[in-house]
Amino acid sequence: MARHVVAPVADIPPGHRKLVDVNGRAVVVFNLDGEFFALNNRCPHKGGSLCDGKQTGLVQSSEPGEYRYSRRGEIIRCPWHSWEFDIRTGQSWCDPQRLRVRRYPVSVEKGAQLVEGPYKAETFPVSVENAYVVVEA
Amino acid sequence: MTITAIDCDVHPTCTGNDILLPYLDTYWRDSVEERGMGSLESAAYPPNAPITARPDFRGPNGYAATDAAQVTRQVCDRWGASHAILNCLYGVQLIYNEDIARAFARALNDWITKEWLDRDPRLRASIVIPMQNVEYAVDEIERCAPDKRFVQVLVLAMQETPLGRRHHWPIFAAAEKHGLPLGIHAGSNYRNPVTSLGWPTSYVEDYTSQAQGFQSQVASLITEGVFAKYPKLKVVLIESGVTWLPGFLWRFSKFWRGARTEVPWVDRSPSEIVRDNFRLTIQPFDSPSDPHDVERIVEHLRSDDMLLFSSDFPHWQFDGDERIPKGIPDGLRHKILVENPLATYDRLNGASLRESAS
Repeated sequence: MARHVVAPVADIPPGHRKLVDVNGRAVVVFNLDGEFFALNNRCPHKGGSLCDGKQTGLVQSSEPGEYRYSRRGEIIRCPWHSWEFDIRTGQSWCDPQRLRVRRYPVSVEKGAQLVEGPYKAETFPVSVENAYVVVEA
Repeated sequence: MTITAIDCDVHPTCTGNDILLPYLDTYWRDSVEERGMGSLESAAYPPNAPITARPDFRGPNGYAATDAAQVTRQVCDRWGASHAILNCLYGVQLIYNEDIARAFARALNDWITKEWLDRDPRLRASIVIPMQNVEYAVDEIERCAPDKRFVQVLVLAMQETPLGRRHHWPIFAAAEKHGLPLGIHAGSNYRNPVTSLGWPTSYVEDYTSQAQGFQSQVASLITEGVFAKYPKLKVVLIESGVTWLPGFLWRFSKFWRGARTEVPWVDRSPSEIVRDNFRLTIQPFDSPSDPHDVERIVEHLRSDDMLLFSSDFPHWQFDGDERIPKGIPDGLRHKILVENPLATYDRLNGASLRESAS
């Protein structure tokens, strides 16, 4: 697995996401309150582009009529059939064991470290004083 | 005597209100006469419709299954059922007046006790409830439940409102508490058209449309959360047909995946809930003509536990003695005839059955 510098941190503020190309693969990078997560952009159901889906919370219930809403913004719903995926794990809600989106390790690195490598596929200039999102894929 | 088969859908025929007079309070008995209330026949099973009774089951007056001896002679002696569950379809659910409905439901259950259950130890019955008033319905369950020969609560497939709606829940609470499955039988109280499009104009359309009603009730009970609230409640779809179920579940479960956030208490696929909580009687099966196709439909159910033997006597679902559709795998026959009914109806526990059959 190679490490790819995909975007300056400033390009993906908290609550936002960005579709990036990693070696020909479409990957969507999410910023959840300063933590970054990267998922394959292709929904494992029919291939919808997850990046175009709604980012929402997790609704659960311990009895009919009760709605327990938590983890606001941590669930991505596929724009095609609304299946929910956990942005932190890639697991689907409806069939978590068998149906998941591939996730990739992400880290944030200082530009100063990046210029030393071994990193790939920089398509934008890296400056020493900025921070960058790095996806391992 | 061993348990050879439990027939889970047999219909005793109540031919008119005169039959129930001895079981009505004096006020209602006089009212039947004074108001000229003759019979509570329902359009669901008109007396002369072919489905209502097979010609060879009909007596000289045109009716079939009018007494316990007639029924047990056919379903027990001829067809080998060691026990039969009586589901009486007399139209008490159609009455608009709640008090009359309560009086007739009581009378009907008392008639069943006296004229049927007391006459043959092989018979069991469902409690007919006045759905016009939930409180009355619960009262009737509580009144009948101490008699363990009542093994189920009976309602019709088409009601004033979908069954899962929460105003019905006290009924489910009482049923679950007493170990009584909820039996949903084909039929309507005709408060709503029997199709979702409006009123049909023929009996064939009415009877065929019943399957739509069953589908909607399955969806209602699951999405409203009945099994999240009452996980032990079993629901038996009676005379519903069987072969519509797999396709309906594929559709229902698929849409659940995308829309489950509006019913978050449905925390697993509707298909799984149906396999755990729903059972179906096998007449009619709505079989395809090729037995191999029947076998495939059974595979699509993905459960050996769901089907319950029924003859639907005296309704005309098959000719001769063909009670079990061709293509049902041999290995499943005993489960359908005995094991599944015993596992579904808590009150049919092995000990009490053996006692009454011996």
